[in-house]
Amino acid sequence: MANDIGWLGLAASLVLVAVAVALSFWQRLSLERSIVWATARALVQLLLVGVALEFVLDEPLAWSWAWVLAMVLFAADTVRRRAPEVPGVFQLSLMAFAAAGVTTLLVLFGLQIFPLEPKTLIPLAGMTVGNSMTATVVVARRVLDELRDKRDEVEARLALGIAAPVAAKPYVRAALRTALVPQIETTKAVGLVFLPGAITGLILAGTPPLAAVKVQAAVMYLVLGAAATTTAVIALGVQRRLFSADHRLTVPPRVSA
Amino acid sequence: MRGVTGAVPALFEFVHLGVRGVGDRWRLRDVNGSIAPSGVTALVGLSGSGKSTLLRCCNRLEVPAEGAVHYRGVDIATLDVLQLRRRVAMVFQRPTPFPGTGRENLQTADPELEDEWARELLARVSLGPDFLDREATELSGGEAQRLCLARSLAVDPEVVLMDEVTSSVDPAARRSLERLARSLADGGTTIVWVTHDLAQARRLADEVLLVADGRIAGVDETNAFIEEDANGE
Repeated sequence: MANDIGWLGLAASLVLVAVAVALSFWQRLSLERSIVWATARALVQLLLVGVALEFVLDEPLAWSWAWVLAMVLFAADTVRRRAPEVPGVFQLSLMAFAAAGVTTLLVLFGLQIFPLEPKTLIPLAGMTVGNSMTATVVVARRVLDELRDKRDEVEARLALGIAAPVAAKPYVRAALRTALVPQIETTKAVGLVFLPGAITGLILAGTPPLAAVKVQAAVMYLVLGAAATTTAVIALGVQRRLFSADHRLTVPPRVSA
Repeated sequence: MRGVTGAVPALFEFVHLGVRGVGDRWRLRDVNGSIAPSGVTALVGLSGSGKSTLLRCCNRLEVPAEGAVHYRGVDIATLDVLQLRRRVAMVFQRPTPFPGTGRENLQTADPELEDEWARELLARVSLGPDFLDREATELSGGEAQRLCLARSLAVDPEVVLMDEVTSSVDPAARRSLERLARSLADGGTTIVWVTHDLAQARRLADEVLLVADGRIAGVDETNAFIEEDANGE
């Protein structure tokens, strides 16, 4: 079974990092320090996570829920750092990930697709949140950019006596499409272009491939549903914050360089 | 054409109006004045004088930090803003055709708009019925601006606010838009026309308000400004 490579195996895989360092040196990319630092950081982070998971997976479910909450907080903070101009994005992200989490976990555990236990809750919640983060950042920025760049058009709609949510609709729709299309494309390409992490891990651990692909398919659908939920919550939330209660567009114009 | 004397009952009245800018700046401060209920009133002034801001206060695209705007004697802050904007329409400096056909643009203003009325609206702005099916974003600047005007007229407004609507179109389109504004005013729709072009204001307007340094200038200052410009030509 290939599910424990041992410390020697891990050390041996550092040869591949040495290849990256050597290539950087040869091509004078000056990235050797970054590569070594990233490798060391990844190892330390993963070891810490591994130790923590060893503990949490053996403890009552409450610890796993705490882990999930920490993940959601960290993810919302990551979205805030990647989309700092969007007003209220931290609170909106929290709501969005919470909404997606509740929906997807209700389906996965409520419909008994997976048994509810630490070793299913943490990875599945992690995949829900982690894979919808990119779409969340994209939609938050796109709604802001659309309403800012098409300000004249938006105000022309408002000036016709159209209420703000209706005036914003075409632009919010465009932002949602921009955020969701990549996720849909990824779902279409799975299996053809790449074998995602879940299926790889399961096969390495000895799970029969057909069983592994069923899990992977369920995970892909979970991620798609989660991305759709988070982007919808974020898009509607951001749009509401960019208009005043009396139907004025309050997003400041882009500051020109 | 003359400076405002305040002798006619006002359509809009500005009472100690102040609108903040960035930081400690004020874009408008202690503005007092009124706009007559008929004809064409021009708001003239240099770029940055605050005339567009003043116009945008009339349909609550801007709200003042101080003072008030009254519409037919009522503080507009107490009116339903969506209904206000259907009585007080606006055409912007840059043409803003929405993606879609001319018909779809008009139907954004009135979803129940029938083709017969749509053709009449187009005719009022001197566009042919073929513009119903043409893609609005492919029109020339002048055509697009006229379509935007038709779209504003679809809500059957009492007033049309026109914010430098000729500044991004060619001279022929400019004259056409001026004639349209004049004919709308003659037909009973009040026009408030913002421009930095005093010659245009003199051609077009019945009354002129000079906006300078974030306030409306007095009658004497306005008349002097007009005379000075006339003598300079």
